[in-house]
Amino acid sequence: MLSARAFAATALLLALSLPAASTAAQAADQPKSGGILRMYHRDSPGSASIHEGATYSLNVPFMPIFNNLVIYDQHIAQNSLDDIRPELAESWAWSADKKTLTFKLRQGVKWHDGKPFTSADVKCTFDMLMGKSQQKFRQNPRKSWYEQVDEVVTSGDFEASFKLKRPQPSLLALLASGYTPVYPCHVSPAEMRTHPIGTGPFKFVEFKANESIKLTKNPDYWKKGLPYLDGIEYTIITNRSTAILAFVAGKFDITFPTEVTIPLVKDVKQQAPNAVCVIAPLNVSTNIIINSSAPPFDSIDIRRALALTLDRKAFIQIMFEGQADAGGTMQPAPDGLWAMPKEMLESIPGYGPDINANREEAKKLMQKAGYGPDKHLAVKVSTRNIPIYRDPAVILIDQLKSIYIDGELDVVDTAQWFPKVARKDYALGLNLTGNAVDDPDQSFYENYACGSERNYTNYCNKDIEKLFDQQSQEADLAKRKKLVWDIDKKLQEDVARPIIFHGRGGTCWQPYVKGVTVMTNSSYNGYRYEDVWMDK
Amino acid sequence: MFGYIVRRLGLMIVTLFGISIVIFFLLRVVPGNIVDILFDAAGFVDPADKASLERELGIDQPLVLQYLHWIGGLLHGDLGYSYVSEKPALEEILPRIPITARLAAFALLFSASIGIPLGVLSAVNQGSKLDYALRVVSLSGLSLPSFWLGLLILMAGVAMFGSIPIFNPNPKTFGEMFSTYCLPSLAVAFRSSALTMRITRSSMLEILRQDYIRTARAKGASEASVNFHHALKNAILPVITVVGIEAAFLIGGLIVTETVFNVPGIARFLVEAIRWRDYPIVQNLVMFIAVVVVSTNFIVDMLYAVFDPRIRYSD
Repeated sequence: MLSARAFAATALLLALSLPAASTAAQAADQPKSGGILRMYHRDSPGSASIHEGATYSLNVPFMPIFNNLVIYDQHIAQNSLDDIRPELAESWAWSADKKTLTFKLRQGVKWHDGKPFTSADVKCTFDMLMGKSQQKFRQNPRKSWYEQVDEVVTSGDFEASFKLKRPQPSLLALLASGYTPVYPCHVSPAEMRTHPIGTGPFKFVEFKANESIKLTKNPDYWKKGLPYLDGIEYTIITNRSTAILAFVAGKFDITFPTEVTIPLVKDVKQQAPNAVCVIAPLNVSTNIIINSSAPPFDSIDIRRALALTLDRKAFIQIMFEGQADAGGTMQPAPDGLWAMPKEMLESIPGYGPDINANREEAKKLMQKAGYGPDKHLAVKVSTRNIPIYRDPAVILIDQLKSIYIDGELDVVDTAQWFPKVARKDYALGLNLTGNAVDDPDQSFYENYACGSERNYTNYCNKDIEKLFDQQSQEADLAKRKKLVWDIDKKLQEDVARPIIFHGRGGTCWQPYVKGVTVMTNSSYNGYRYEDVWMDK
Repeated sequence: MFGYIVRRLGLMIVTLFGISIVIFFLLRVVPGNIVDILFDAAGFVDPADKASLERELGIDQPLVLQYLHWIGGLLHGDLGYSYVSEKPALEEILPRIPITARLAAFALLFSASIGIPLGVLSAVNQGSKLDYALRVVSLSGLSLPSFWLGLLILMAGVAMFGSIPIFNPNPKTFGEMFSTYCLPSLAVAFRSSALTMRITRSSMLEILRQDYIRTARAKGASEASVNFHHALKNAILPVITVVGIEAAFLIGGLIVTETVFNVPGIARFLVEAIRWRDYPIVQNLVMFIAVVVVSTNFIVDMLYAVFDPRIRYSD
């Protein structure tokens, strides 16, 4: 028992120490300036120009150099229209007919080379993206995003308007992606590939192919007090084992985002128990592309049998230790905003929980098409020679055996993959499809619209295409969602591009790194890093 | 001798010319080019953009014209531009050569300085426990892939010292210098030192049975003098041949080691350039490697005459 005097002394000590502890906690939460964030990069990007690439290998190191007109809140993991924040635009407004989106631009912003940012830069950037300017990108993978933009007009130096052919509420979502930085008018696309100039929190220092990328703090950043870091250094390490070991040894502050596989996350946590690791969905689906223009897959029965035989749980268990999701075209809930409700998903043939019943039905369809235990169908399953493609292809071949299909793995060199797919020189292919923005416009038009370059299977359904336009123009979110679910269901029933699973990946950082948010419905939008800091 | 050297040099030029043709055309036989790879990242191929980019890079021209353009530039010291980084190829290649050269030199040094003495030791103690132990070590050297050994070294570094010996561009201390160059070199040299040791051992065993060795011993020469002065000097020729061949093959070992230890040398750069079909980089790098190999062969041939006075190249 404490004596009265001892009790009083303890109480006094506690009373004195509480404010001190609280001040210390507050101080720990206060961002500190300084330090170079060291990250390893998984590969050497082909260039430094975000607009000319279609891989987040570019967004991660170069997004900190730029600003968009608007951006997804960098501290909210789930990207949505409600969480879009102004960046180079101070505000925006839709016209009454929803066909003009006007941005009031921020004044006093300077490019890293000292030249002022104006509305001309906005017009230049989007004219180039729409293929309307004299200067051209070497490649322009997201031209289709601006299909509905008729023109970009400026009014004075600080106002720019996007005139649309028809209402498209999701244009704002596309503009908020990490893929949509504003480029300077006075710098050529060629220079942007080797020495990018932006308005963002970090300036480009150097890019040594296969070696490193270095950024330094922009002391004149228009957001006063930011960035906290003095710079970011990305060391290119293509060997995953070396990279993970280097992170464990403390050589790096953070891993390449979402690049740590589920088993490796376990490894990291074992070897570096203090490391913070987050496993998040990538909004990348693994799917099957079917050449329906040639036998045997010109038969809808065989295509349906194929869809019915998929045991998605087995894929997810083997590849992700259960930590991935089955779904349709749109990313599954809760992280995906547009996913069909579970009961609707399970009503689609092949998604029901009874795999044996599905396969019995698939067998009947195969027998109807003339195949059976005595007559197997031999097909090549083509895929790229990369583990994330090859591994599920092997599992797929194994599952196809149960419906009299003898698959043979056909690994294709990366350089030959898309030319081969474009030539329709395949029967079955295993493919990965990444979505930069969790929005149906990006996914539907890009992958399923008649004539789209990335519609590899040439699936073309004019009735569905009308629904694409209908949902795209729908301003009422609830109504749009309902339309999107119906479209997604129909796409799966048509076996347009059977979705096997939506993968997940891990990101780990040292405990002293603060302010990192891993986005959960896109791997392309969360790397501005202006308020990331290090508590050391 | 002089005439022989001139003839060999002339032959070297003809060989390099032949190699340049083989490299150039083989590279174009491989399916896909840089444009395919760039569009692969975009997820589709736009035929108009593809044609325009091929025109911009000059890969739409007839192959013979492209070859002449390359060789003409090479003779004038113009190696062209990297398709990927859009920087001069020379600017990309030059800083990487000393890094790989240092690794290769250390690897060869380790290979010879470990392999030859151990080979001699094993031969003179034939049938002993030491001989068996050394043969087991050499066998493990031949069977362990260098990437695996490299990973083991990295893991040991992390587990035992809490640090990882990957490449450091600016080593400040001896320890950093050691881990930057010596550890990767050791990973490569382990295999080649094992080979050197085995060749030295078998060559020494053959020589040690010769009459003149018995005579030297009968004359009272010390064991060290017999082994190193009389025997090794005559046993070294096959070893030189092997070390020369190893020097040529070293680039293959270095590709893996540079990847595991993340060393930004020419070997890893070459692999990446091949992946991107970055013709100017690949062509010039392979030519550079060909020059190194051909020169090494030439030097090895000259060394024969130095080590064995009986060999004289006649005019």
